[in-house]
Amino acid sequence: MNAALEDLYRQLIIDHSRNPRNFRVLEGADRVAEGSNPLCGDEVKIYLKMDGERIAEISFQGSGCAISIASASLMTDSVKGKTRLETEALFDAFRALVTGKQAPAGVALGKLAALGGVAAYPVRVKCATLAWHALRAALAGSGRVSTE
Amino acid sequence: MAVANECRLSTGCCYDVERVRADFPALHQLVHDKPLVYLDNAATTQKPRQVLEALLGFYSRDCANVHRGVHALSERATAAYEGARGRVASFLNAARPGEIVFTKGTTEAINLVAQTYGRSQVGAGDEILITALEHHSNIVPWQMLCQQNGARLRVAPVDDRGELIMEEFERLLGPRTRLVAVAHVSNALGTVNPVEQIVRMAHERGIVVLVDGAQAVPHLAVDVQRLGCDFYAFAGHKLYGPTGIGVLYGKLELLEAMPPYQGGGDMIRSVRFEKTCYNDPPYRFEAGTPPIAEAIGLAAAIEYVSSLGLEAIAAHEHNLLEAATQALGELPGVRLVGAARDKAAVISFVVEGVHPHDVATILDAEGVAVRAGHHCAQPLMRRFGLPATTRASFALYNTLEEVDALVKAVRRVGEIWG
Repeated sequence: MNAALEDLYRQLIIDHSRNPRNFRVLEGADRVAEGSNPLCGDEVKIYLKMDGERIAEISFQGSGCAISIASASLMTDSVKGKTRLETEALFDAFRALVTGKQAPAGVALGKLAALGGVAAYPVRVKCATLAWHALRAALAGSGRVSTE
Repeated sequence: MAVANECRLSTGCCYDVERVRADFPALHQLVHDKPLVYLDNAATTQKPRQVLEALLGFYSRDCANVHRGVHALSERATAAYEGARGRVASFLNAARPGEIVFTKGTTEAINLVAQTYGRSQVGAGDEILITALEHHSNIVPWQMLCQQNGARLRVAPVDDRGELIMEEFERLLGPRTRLVAVAHVSNALGTVNPVEQIVRMAHERGIVVLVDGAQAVPHLAVDVQRLGCDFYAFAGHKLYGPTGIGVLYGKLELLEAMPPYQGGGDMIRSVRFEKTCYNDPPYRFEAGTPPIAEAIGLAAAIEYVSSLGLEAIAAHEHNLLEAATQALGELPGVRLVGAARDKAAVISFVVEGVHPHDVATILDAEGVAVRAGHHCAQPLMRRFGLPATTRASFALYNTLEEVDALVKAVRRVGEIWG
């Protein structure tokens, strides 16, 4: 298989797209936001329970391509327990990763690094960042975002 | 004739696809180190060198504005532009060239009818009937008109095969129906609608019919007088011609009664600050400098397609469609969407558990270009309970080997997804 394609669809990505983690409605969520990518039809809804500035619980639901679902799944795993500022910093580092830019120093991406293959596919960046935009909207309390 | 068709169908002996391919420079390239297999023809087609040469010839020798200069180049440009109008008229078998309006595409042609004929003839409480198969370009202009004039949009449903349910369609033709707007061929499923029957039903009730022919003209011979439709719209770029050129055919008596679309030069007879007199059709609807080179390129494309013969093209594409339908249908986990009995060379499918965008990315890595998404037909996708499909659409230059490449690439999807 073509190396770029292999890098895009790593086993971890396919696994998370098939069996997304935290894929449910969060009962008693105090913040909810939806994101959509009208061009592809990808849709995601993020549920949050905050503990002050910290994300105590997070879940999501949605439909879309493997990249958007796997990205949402990995994101929910990686921001749980983080503060708003830490989440912002992680998003900056993630966005740098998927757009092939220099990552800011001092932020550990962990499993999110599995989405590094997206950098070779500029049209799929929107898929990879959709859940993040929705998360950011939820944190800001703005309800709805679109990546178009 | 029947014998000749049989011969083409069974052996392809009368249609030399390799010779055809040699006319299309863009087909001969590698994509991700694989030979390009271009199967996104319903989105746009590649262009033969005859079209490229017509564009280059116009810009290298005859480039001037039309309908105004008295100098030699302007006369040549005008003759070529009006010649293109005549070529389109004979291609559609329109009664006269004056029934051919050049637009920038199918979308503009439909908007033109909505905003001129529609705005002046469709009133509050009137109805416009479309079908569930329509492209957004044959939905939204009518929604806009309905909002402006207080009319109501009705939608005729399709069955599970993706065929229009004719009884429902006829039932929806009511006393308030003023206009029917229907695709000749569905861009998402390939369904060929029974346009003659639709026109007959509508005309029995005095209703005007617009046909969106964007997906039909590349695949079947269109005769607007035989169809009987009042308006017919298509685009050059899906017919191996340039982008930026479309055609609106309209019956002359309708065009003559319609108010102008846009104001500007060329669409007027005389302008005074007190009063402006509008030009006759088709010029009344072509304000400003038209797409001159594009019209000339379109005429070259029509010449090209006509030299191969639309019946031979249709037979060749039918072979490709049959082969792809059978081979993809046999792949485990692949479901074909749309099984109309009368179908143009479009095949929409889903791979179980894999989103169409991921399918298209994997196909692209194999050099196979297809479309993934809702195909600008979201209501139709909703009808089939799908957010999207992957669509392979064939053209006169595709080969059975390319069908094999498609099938092999779809198999790769299964391998990668395990």
